[in-house]
Amino acid sequence: MNKKLFVLLSVLVVASLALSACGVKGGDQVEVFSWWTGGGEAAGLEAMIKVFKAEYPDIEFVNAAVAGGAGTNARAVLATRLQAGDPPDSWQGHAGQELIGTYVAGKQIEPLNDLYTSEGWMDVMPGTLIPLISDGGNIYSVPVNIHRANVLWYNPAVLEANGVSVPTTMDEWFAAMDTLQAAGITPLALGEQWTKMHLMETVLLGSLGADAYNGLWDGSTDWASAEVKAALDNYAKVLTYTNTDSASLSWQDASQLVINGDAAFNVMGDWAEGYFRELGKTPETDYGWAPTPGSVGVFQFLSDSFVLAVGAPDPEAATAWLKIAGSKAGQEAFNPVKGSICARTDCDKTLFGVYLQSAMDDWASNTVVGSLTHGVVANDSWKSEIDTALGLYIQGGDVAAFQAALVAACASSGACK
Amino acid sequence: MFKDKDRYLSVVLIAPSILAVFIFIYVFIGWSVRVSLSKWKGLSADYTWNGIKNYIDLFADPRFHVDIRNTLIFTGVFVVGSILLGFFLAVLLDQGLKGEGFFRSLFLFPMAISYIVTGVVWRWLMNPATGSRTSGLNLLFSYLHLDFLQNAWHTTPTWGIAAIALAAIWQMSGYTMALYLAGLRSIPVELREAAQIDGASEFQVYRYIMLPLLSPVTLSALIILGHMSLKVFDLIIAVAGKQLPLDVPAIYMWQTTFDGLFYGRGAAIGILLLISVAVLIIPYIRYTLKTETQS
Repeated sequence: MNKKLFVLLSVLVVASLALSACGVKGGDQVEVFSWWTGGGEAAGLEAMIKVFKAEYPDIEFVNAAVAGGAGTNARAVLATRLQAGDPPDSWQGHAGQELIGTYVAGKQIEPLNDLYTSEGWMDVMPGTLIPLISDGGNIYSVPVNIHRANVLWYNPAVLEANGVSVPTTMDEWFAAMDTLQAAGITPLALGEQWTKMHLMETVLLGSLGADAYNGLWDGSTDWASAEVKAALDNYAKVLTYTNTDSASLSWQDASQLVINGDAAFNVMGDWAEGYFRELGKTPETDYGWAPTPGSVGVFQFLSDSFVLAVGAPDPEAATAWLKIAGSKAGQEAFNPVKGSICARTDCDKTLFGVYLQSAMDDWASNTVVGSLTHGVVANDSWKSEIDTALGLYIQGGDVAAFQAALVAACASSGACK
Repeated sequence: MFKDKDRYLSVVLIAPSILAVFIFIYVFIGWSVRVSLSKWKGLSADYTWNGIKNYIDLFADPRFHVDIRNTLIFTGVFVVGSILLGFFLAVLLDQGLKGEGFFRSLFLFPMAISYIVTGVVWRWLMNPATGSRTSGLNLLFSYLHLDFLQNAWHTTPTWGIAAIALAAIWQMSGYTMALYLAGLRSIPVELREAAQIDGASEFQVYRYIMLPLLSPVTLSALIILGHMSLKVFDLIIAVAGKQLPLDVPAIYMWQTTFDGLFYGRGAAIGILLLISVAVLIIPYIRYTLKTETQS
C-alpha cells in the first residue's frame, strides 16, 4: 500500500514540474535581451524603458538582461536560445560585423532600411556610419549610443612637470614617452589582454590612416604589406613603454595609474571618462584627453545597438521598441546616464558633460571608422583569431610571425582573397 | 528472491535516471564527436563532413601547444605539491597531538571554498605590481626583508601557470591529507610496533612499512588530482582572466566556441579533454570495481 502511495506521489510531483514548465504568454509584450545589468548601463536602460512605457503603455516590457562582463555570458545564453528557435524580440549587440557576421549570416535578424527611412534616421546619423553597420545595402541594427575608442587619456600635471606637450603624431608620442621614461615615469599604462588589442587597433589606425585602416577589413589593404609591417613595428615599440604588470590589471586599474600620476598616458575608450567621474575627478584638471596619436580628425567608434529578430514573437512590439531606441527622446534619456553620446547628431548638448560635448562635436564632423576590439569591423571568428595571434605575439615577441598569423586570420575570415 | 512485482517496480523507478544519463551524457558525447568532425563555424549548425581536420589543425596550432605545455606544468606542480604537502600534514596529524580534530578541519577547510573565491583571493595575494604599488605577498616579503622572494607570480613568462598551481595546492592539499590520514589509520599498529622492535628507525618505518601500504591511497590521489588538473578552468579565469600565456584546453574550448563561434574546433578540444581524462579514470574505475567485488 505504502509503495503504491509513494509511486503515486512521485508521478504527481513529476507531472506538476512538467506543467509548471509551460508558462503562458499573453497580451502585447516585447522581450529585450541585453547585458546591461549594472551601473550606468542598467540605469540608462531603465530611463529608456520609462520613455518606452510613456509612449506605448499597452506593451509590456520584459527586461531579459543577463549579467557578465562585456556580454560574454549573455551571448552564450543568446546563442543557446537562438539555436533552440526561441529568440527574444530584440537583443543588444555591438553594431557592425559582430552582429552582421554572426546573426545576418545565420539569417536571424531582419533588415531595418524601411524603419530608417520612415523615422528619418538617415538624416540624423553620420553618413560614414551607415556603411559600417550595413551589409549588402541593408542596415541591420539601431545604434543607441556611441563610444569613442581612439582616446589618449593623460595626466596634465605629469606632462607639465616633464615639459611634454600632448602628442598628435606617432613620432611625437615616441619622443614624449622617451622623455617620460628617462624621468622615471611609466609612460603608458596598459592592462589585460583585451586592452592590448584595443591599443593595437588605435596604433594601426594612427600609423595607417583612416583609409588604409578601413581597407584592412574589406581586403583592400594587404595585411602582408610593408605599411602594415611598419604599423606593427610601431605597436611593438609602444609596448616597450608600458608597465610590466599589465597582465594583472583590469582597464580600470590601468586608467587609474594615470589619474594617480603613476603613469602619463593611457589609451582606452571613453567609458574611462565615466570611471574618472565616479572617482570624483575633474575634467581638464585631473585628466586630459586627445585623439590617439596619428588619428586627429578620425572618430573610431563602437556602439551598442538593437536588432529585430527573425521570427520575433511580437514583431510590432519589437518595432515599437526600436523606434524608441532610435528616437531623440530615447537616446537623450539613455546616454547622459550611461556616459556615452547619442548616435544621432541632433541631441541636446546641454545634457552632457564637457568631455562628451567635445566627443559630440567630433562625432558630427570627423571621419568615422570602426573599432576591432568592440566588434565593428571584424566578425567574432576573425576577431578571436586576431586575439589568439596577439596573445602568442605578446608571449613570444616575434613580429614577423605575428604579421603572418594576421594574414592567415584575414584569409580564413574570407575578407582577403 | 525478488518478487516479479518488485523487479518491475525497480526497473520503472530507475528508468528515468538511466534515460537521463543516457541522453544527457552519452548522446551528447556522441553529438560532440559528430560536431568535432564537421566544418561548423558560426551560429547556425553546419554538419558538413570535415574528417579529422579539426584535430589535425589543433595539433599544428601554436595556441594548443601553449595549452598542452601549461597543462603539463600545472598538473606536475599541482599533483606533486598536493601529494607531498598532504602526506606531510597527515603524518604530522598522525602523531596524536592535542586538538587534532581542530587542525584536521582547518587543513580540510579550503576544499569547501569554490575555486572562484580561491582565485580572487590569490589574485590579490599574487599581485605582481612593483615599486610603490607593490602589494600582497610581495609586500609581505618586503616587510620581512625577504625581497629575493618577490616575483611576478602568474605573469612570469612560461612558468606563470605554476603560480596558479600554488593556489590549487593550497585548496586541495587538505583533501589529500584526509585521504592519507584515513590510509595511515587503517594500517594496523602491530605492523609499526613490530618494525620498531626489529630496530627500524622512524624514517625506515615510513619508508618501508607505511609508504608501500599507502600506495593505493597515492594512486587514488594521483588520479583524483590528475583529472581535476586536466579540467582546470575556473581557477585560472578567476586569477588572470582570459590571457593567452595562462591558456589551457578548457579555456581555449570555451573561447573558441562562444567568442569565436568555431564550434567544430571547440568540440574537438572537448573530445580531446574527454579522452585524456578517460585514460586516467577508466582503468581506475575498473580497478576499484574489481577490488570492491573481491572484498
